Amino acid sequence: MLDGVSRVYNMGGQSLRALDRFSFEFRRGEYWSIMGSSGSGKSTLLNILGCIDRPTEGRYLVRGEDTGRLDDDALSELRSRHLGFIFQSYNLIAQLDVLENITVPLLYQDDPPKDGWERAKHLAERVGLGSRLHHRPRELSGGQQQRVAIARALINDPAMILADEATGNLDSKTAEEILALFDELHGEGKTIVIVTHEPDVGERAQHLLRLKDGCIEEVRHQR
Amino acid sequence: MDSGLLRVVRLGVRSLLLHRLRSALTTLGVLFGTSSVIAMLAIGEGASEEAQEQIRLLGSQNVILRSVKPPDDPNQGNQRMRVVVYGLTNDDLLRIQETFPAVKEIVPLKEVSQEVRYLDRVLTPRVIAAPPDYQRTTGRMLLSGRFLSESDERQIASVAVVGYEVARHLFPLEDPLGKNVRVGGDYFTVVGVLAPRVRQSSDRGRPGADTTSEVFVPFETARKRFGDLSVRMRAGSQDIEQIELHEIILAVDSPENVEFVASASREMLGRFHEQQDYEVVVPLELLAQAAETKRIFNIVLGSIAGISLLVGGIGIMNVMLATVTERTREIGIRRALGAKRRHIVTQFLVETVVLSVGGGAMGVVLGLFIPMVVERYADMRTVVTPLAPTLAFSISALTGVVFGLYPAWRAARMDPVEALRHE
Repeated sequence: MLDGVSRVYNMGGQSLRALDRFSFEFRRGEYWSIMGSSGSGKSTLLNILGCIDRPTEGRYLVRGEDTGRLDDDALSELRSRHLGFIFQSYNLIAQLDVLENITVPLLYQDDPPKDGWERAKHLAERVGLGSRLHHRPRELSGGQQQRVAIARALINDPAMILADEATGNLDSKTAEEILALFDELHGEGKTIVIVTHEPDVGERAQHLLRLKDGCIEEVRHQR
Repeated sequence: MDSGLLRVVRLGVRSLLLHRLRSALTTLGVLFGTSSVIAMLAIGEGASEEAQEQIRLLGSQNVILRSVKPPDDPNQGNQRMRVVVYGLTNDDLLRIQETFPAVKEIVPLKEVSQEVRYLDRVLTPRVIAAPPDYQRTTGRMLLSGRFLSESDERQIASVAVVGYEVARHLFPLEDPLGKNVRVGGDYFTVVGVLAPRVRQSSDRGRPGADTTSEVFVPFETARKRFGDLSVRMRAGSQDIEQIELHEIILAVDSPENVEFVASASREMLGRFHEQQDYEVVVPLELLAQAAETKRIFNIVLGSIAGISLLVGGIGIMNVMLATVTERTREIGIRRALGAKRRHIVTQFLVETVVLSVGGGAMGVVLGLFIPMVVERYADMRTVVTPLAPTLAFSISALTGVVFGLYPAWRAARMDPVEALRHE
């Protein structure tokens, strides 16, 4: 839940208000797409949702907890336990193989689960990479890499999955496969927030949030 | 799920292997630093031990008076033939015998400049006229036979004790005992062979100069056969030198009295000698000097070691800073996925330490190898103490930590959003 969140960037003495007193609530199990022209603040919103950026003003609550009160370590722990990230350029770690990439978030939990490897293997199979567990990212196609990234986002059974232009680098067929996977996850009750500028991607989500100049322009419930 | 240090180290090694050449070159800095420290310490230790051993051979409780050629007097020059008279005299010997109560034994030595022959083999060792006390005073060991005895002195016997090198060159196959060698114009029967000293670098291949290339004959015999005065022609000049005694060894009864005997004999010789034609060698003082020399050497070594490891460390830091910049995106990803600052610090610190410890370990191997090569090809004694590799290795590891901290801290301080945007 965001309550009057603003994010102001200082750029060369000029302040740029990327988010302007933004209040909104993403509820458990919802599937949102965020759209808007570039500079509308959608990336900033995603960064704040992902706890890798902090609001300049206002409060952001995750599971009822005010993230403004958390220090850097606690925020990191929150990311590794309750958030899943999916990026446009996959962002896998080059020197790690598929299984290791999937388990990265667990490494950083204060009390990592014992069954990490089994979970990772299970997820890899689920996204259709059961036969490529020990391949390095550069040996995989873009679609396969994004599947690894999705498996990685799921390893900690997150409260919210955040995807930033997750299909932006993929051809339409592969993109469709990834979106089908999102639909599937949504069906299982996962909370998903995707940022996109592709209308057909945005329209597949349950709800659509359109931003303009750091403010909400439109909220549409599609399904 | 293991997230332990071992895994971090394994992953660190893997990251380093992505840039093999760079990692290898970085390691070289530490490698050479470490190995040079070990090698230099080994050479220094070897030199120091050799020096101390040589001093100890002189006898640490001895005071040695030696004849030395005084500086040329220009007023006496320009003569084609001249007799230079200098050095210790029999009068000095007598005075010392009468004066010093703390002196246990007094051993006069006289050198005879004569060739030594056996069959067609010729050597020019130091032929030394020595009383029987010489062996006890200097602690020289015998390989076979016996040393000169009192009865040899009394009978003015024509016997000789030869040094190890002399025996080896004159009698390569046969047993020297009982053979007759010719010293100058007279024949002497070999009654004993001295044991070689611990090998010293100065001994190598120069039978005429080294310390085991000596022939000892009874003092009285030499006096009788070769005259009371030692006369020798100096090569390259036509000086004739006349020296009564070459050396007087004073064995002092206890170490505390060494200094007193030394200064007393200096004073006494100073009173009776018009010119500086003698020197007083005090092994005990030399030992102290050697210790001081070693201390200075160690300080110099320490500085060199410090500098070389500093250079290595700076090299590592440089590379790690470049690595951190290059892997900004990876850092961003890891942070986004939940890595805490300390995880990032650990990751890069581990990589730095792996580099420096790897370099240090290889440096230890190389550092142990260099002294062997030096010993083999440069004729220098080297001593590797266990301390040297331990010290060098731990310093190299420490270098990794010290110079890895800043790059790791830089990495950890990055803003995740910025880092993720980095290409």
